[in-house]
Amino acid sequence: MFSKDRWDEILEALSANKFRTLLTAFGVFWGITILVLLLALTNGLRNGVTADFGNFATNSMFMWTQQTSISYKGLPKGRFFNYKLGDVEALKAEIPELKYVSPRLQLGGYSGDNNVTRGMKTGAFQVNGDYPEFIKQQPMDITSGRFISYSDIHAKRKTCVIGVDVVKGLYDKEEDPLGTYIKISGVNFMVVGTFKASNSQGDQEEDANTIFVPFTSFGQAFNSGDNVGWMAITGHDGKSITDLKPKIFEIIKARHKIHPDDNRAIGNFDLSEAFGRVNGLFSILGFVGYFVGALVLMSGIIGISNIMLIVVKERTKEIGVRRALGATPWTIKSQILQESLILTISSGMVGISFAAGVIWLMNYILDHSGPVDNFANPSVGMSVVFTALFILVVSGLLAGLIPANSATKMKPVDALRID
Amino acid sequence: MIEIKDLHKSYHMGSNTLHVLKGINFNVKEGELVSIMGSSGSGKSTLLNILGMLDEADTGDYTLDGFAIKNLNEKIAANYRNKFLGFIFQSFNLINYKSALDNVAMPLYYQGMKRKERVEKAAHYLEKVGLADWSHHLPNEMSGGQKQRVAIARALASEPKVLLADEPTGALDTKTSYEVMDLIQGINEEGKTILIVTHEPDIAQMTKRIVNLKDGLIINDTKVEQVRAISNV
Repeated sequence: MFSKDRWDEILEALSANKFRTLLTAFGVFWGITILVLLLALTNGLRNGVTADFGNFATNSMFMWTQQTSISYKGLPKGRFFNYKLGDVEALKAEIPELKYVSPRLQLGGYSGDNNVTRGMKTGAFQVNGDYPEFIKQQPMDITSGRFISYSDIHAKRKTCVIGVDVVKGLYDKEEDPLGTYIKISGVNFMVVGTFKASNSQGDQEEDANTIFVPFTSFGQAFNSGDNVGWMAITGHDGKSITDLKPKIFEIIKARHKIHPDDNRAIGNFDLSEAFGRVNGLFSILGFVGYFVGALVLMSGIIGISNIMLIVVKERTKEIGVRRALGATPWTIKSQILQESLILTISSGMVGISFAAGVIWLMNYILDHSGPVDNFANPSVGMSVVFTALFILVVSGLLAGLIPANSATKMKPVDALRID
Repeated sequence: MIEIKDLHKSYHMGSNTLHVLKGINFNVKEGELVSIMGSSGSGKSTLLNILGMLDEADTGDYTLDGFAIKNLNEKIAANYRNKFLGFIFQSFNLINYKSALDNVAMPLYYQGMKRKERVEKAAHYLEKVGLADWSHHLPNEMSGGQKQRVAIARALASEPKVLLADEPTGALDTKTSYEVMDLIQGINEEGKTILIVTHEPDIAQMTKRIVNLKDGLIINDTKVEQVRAISNV
């Protein structure tokens, strides 16, 4: 079907009126460019916003304590309470769908008073008492050494893992922090590892200013007993944390004598729900991108169909001559179809390449002028390119169909009579 | 070669019916050079179109070299046209964006012949009509006479059984007309069967037989003494 002669025929016909062919091709070129760019921009927005979630396991929730708001079992409202280590064990035992329940104790804040010193240097850092599995909930890059381990937990070792900005604040340039000691609120901890937040955007500064110490060591060093300040809870894959939430609250409320209807006592943030909302939004945006892009592309395709109709009309006599010389209707039809296909696909390819160039340029500018809020790495996957190509092939055929049919509708004798 | 029996054809235009051919009986033997004459509206072009399978008769039989031409679908008709017939038109009908050589090679392309063979054959026929040096020129770089020669070469290229010429000299001046007729006479002498539709008596005199059409009927069918075109140039 695609012999060299066929190609020559088609290229000859297309180049017989170069300017018109170019103008026609531009419609499809523009359509596919818009389609790809829209999808890339949607992706950029999605990447930007989801980067705010960092690498955090998204099927997670965070839980802290607030004041109770309903008096219950003789206890007044407005009461403060603390989670206990026992709560963690109870949750793990009673809800097997939970993958991780990480308790945490916190000290200070990176914007607060200086709480960490090393020799002459001091700094204000966030200090977290954590369990080893926390790194699975919020992945981070361990740049040297290791993260806290269970043997640290059991032995209540005073070890710590420090963020990059902590290293910057407390150490000279060529110093190796591993094995050195820093003083956190007057207690010495040995540095066993350093970490870097992996590609999160908004909270980067806070992350980099954080020190992780074993949960048990924290409790012992800062006299918090078996209190738990904060919990990060992750569900198993396929078990939505949002669905498990009521059960978690029920257990906690029972253990702390909180009224079952007291929803303000337990502060929480459901990452999965927030993530799902954002994802839903972007699914819709992606759909809008496809929809609008396809509509723009369609006007390009109508342009091609239109011009092919004119071409067929203009070449009525030529088609008559060709048929007199022995061209079968199918030969004529397939030539028109192929002309429109080639026109559509080649202009579409140029469109995709052009869009890719624009996307590259956007990325280049983003890389060089620093990150922009809520926008990162606009890109389209190969699947989008293939979808676009598929749309092009189908539309090229559609665009050629009507003209091809009208080309052979006329009897050759009538076609020859036209001037 | 061509046998036609009781051929009828009418055109419908709205509520009017125009009976163009009212029972044509007509035979052409191999190697004949026939001119079909008649005033406009006599049905001579319609007859030629039916002979050329570009149009279909309403009733009647048409046999071409033993093949009954009836109820052909477009695909078979196209095939027969390609194999059996060569067309020469009044307005040449060359394809403007193709060189003379490519124009001549067109019927061969539709035969599915390989490019190399095609080009060789087309070049051969261009040489035969005396345009070997013009093979890469486009039609609009040529004179009318040259264009008609290219068209004749194209009609010959597929080695058809019959050449059908519709007013081949209608768009040419007298001198060029005679040159083209000389070429046609030469081709006929090599044994090709040729039918020419014309309304010019001098052109008709250059054939071997004149068929006169009037109002859709043959009124006269005579062999004539052929006038050599070359003697008039």
